[in-house]
Amino acid sequence: MRILIVGGGMGGTILANNLARRLSGELKAGKASITMLSASDQHMYQPGLLYIAVGKMFPDELYRDQVCLLESSIRFQVDPVTKFDLANNNVTTESGKRHDYDIIVVATGSRAHAEGTPGLAEHALQFYTEADALNMYQRLQEFEGGKVVVAVGVPHKCPMAPLEITFMLIDYFKARGIWDKVQLHYTYPIGRVHSLEPVANWAVPEFERLGVTYETLFNMKEVTADTIISEEGGEESYDLLVTIPSHKGMEVIEENELGPGGFIPTNRTRLNIEGYENAFVIGDTTNLPISKAGSTAHFEAEALAENIASTIKIGGPVRDYDGKVFCFIEAGEGRATYAMFNYQNPPDPKPPTKGMHWFKTVYNKMYWASARGLL
Amino acid sequence: MERKLVDAKNTFCPGPLMELIGQMKLASVGDELEVLSTDKGSASDIPEWINKVGHELLDSFEEDGVLHLVVKKTK
Repeated sequence: MRILIVGGGMGGTILANNLARRLSGELKAGKASITMLSASDQHMYQPGLLYIAVGKMFPDELYRDQVCLLESSIRFQVDPVTKFDLANNNVTTESGKRHDYDIIVVATGSRAHAEGTPGLAEHALQFYTEADALNMYQRLQEFEGGKVVVAVGVPHKCPMAPLEITFMLIDYFKARGIWDKVQLHYTYPIGRVHSLEPVANWAVPEFERLGVTYETLFNMKEVTADTIISEEGGEESYDLLVTIPSHKGMEVIEENELGPGGFIPTNRTRLNIEGYENAFVIGDTTNLPISKAGSTAHFEAEALAENIASTIKIGGPVRDYDGKVFCFIEAGEGRATYAMFNYQNPPDPKPPTKGMHWFKTVYNKMYWASARGLL
Repeated sequence: MERKLVDAKNTFCPGPLMELIGQMKLASVGDELEVLSTDKGSASDIPEWINKVGHELLDSFEEDGVLHLVVKKTK
């Protein structure tokens, strides 16, 4: 049984390691193989970019050699896929090599697409790549006061990022002693300040206590050198514009016409590509109406690994993915909380605590154990 | 023109309205999007956004506990 995993991010890595352990006997006996194809020999801890942007982490803390995170029984190759032929169970890579498979899992992730909003790439700060996060930090260091606007595109990776960057900016400006010279204005695409109602209900009093103004039903339409305009007719001037750009799936998904916007139509519980029984999707690459977050990829990978292993061992899947998501929420002032939910149960976030902030800080270091499938 | 289904039943984040906004970006002018939602708030927040942006709400009905909102992209 040839298992092919396309993508070496969090979802692909956890899946590969989980499968390698579950199928250790089959791998040793030559009855199964696991191959991972990735675009990079490096693995990035993407949530760390938020901290880079405010000077709380350094780039070298975000990377490990991908091969060091994988079980030795996994065949790892840096050779990104360029062509998917799902009907004939094979892919072709950048080097021209063809890989035939019995089971394929696509975990190529998503990317910030600033170019989707005119003027955004030229004028706004963002933190979804190392270069952008470092640039944001440098621009913040040069900032001496004025109006800061936070704006959010749809869809976006990490649903807590808009609130987290807002509270972390406040901490940053306070630490520099310029908070009294800053007017911070938060905008959000829907009719409350966060998609999760309990989180929004918690955030509004925090904004009022801290003096953050906010505006809802604000979807970015166009950005100029000093103004951001919304689809709804709103207009905000700014001195510094901090954005979470809208996201797309990877180019290779769009080029192969696997799904609009680069997001592949995916079964909610079995995670197979609609129309295919031996092709699966996890993480940001799905079109599922759930959070694009590392934890989503993590929990999907665990469920799928169990089902692929059981299919090989007993002929069929044994569990459904239940929609589980867990997100930390950095709340500023050295505090954090979290939201956990699935398809059936809404989140019930607790008041932020310093303990949860330290747990998140420790998790930033423990992530590598999580990627190895040890947590 | 095509009608696209936006199945946002039993989801909390990003939620039905955010799903619609995302799908609207991928749609062409004249396309219709049918949102399925089990979030009672969708009955008011989706029409509010449609009205504010200037798209057209073609239909709204509830069936077996699921709210259906049919929206036409106008610009």
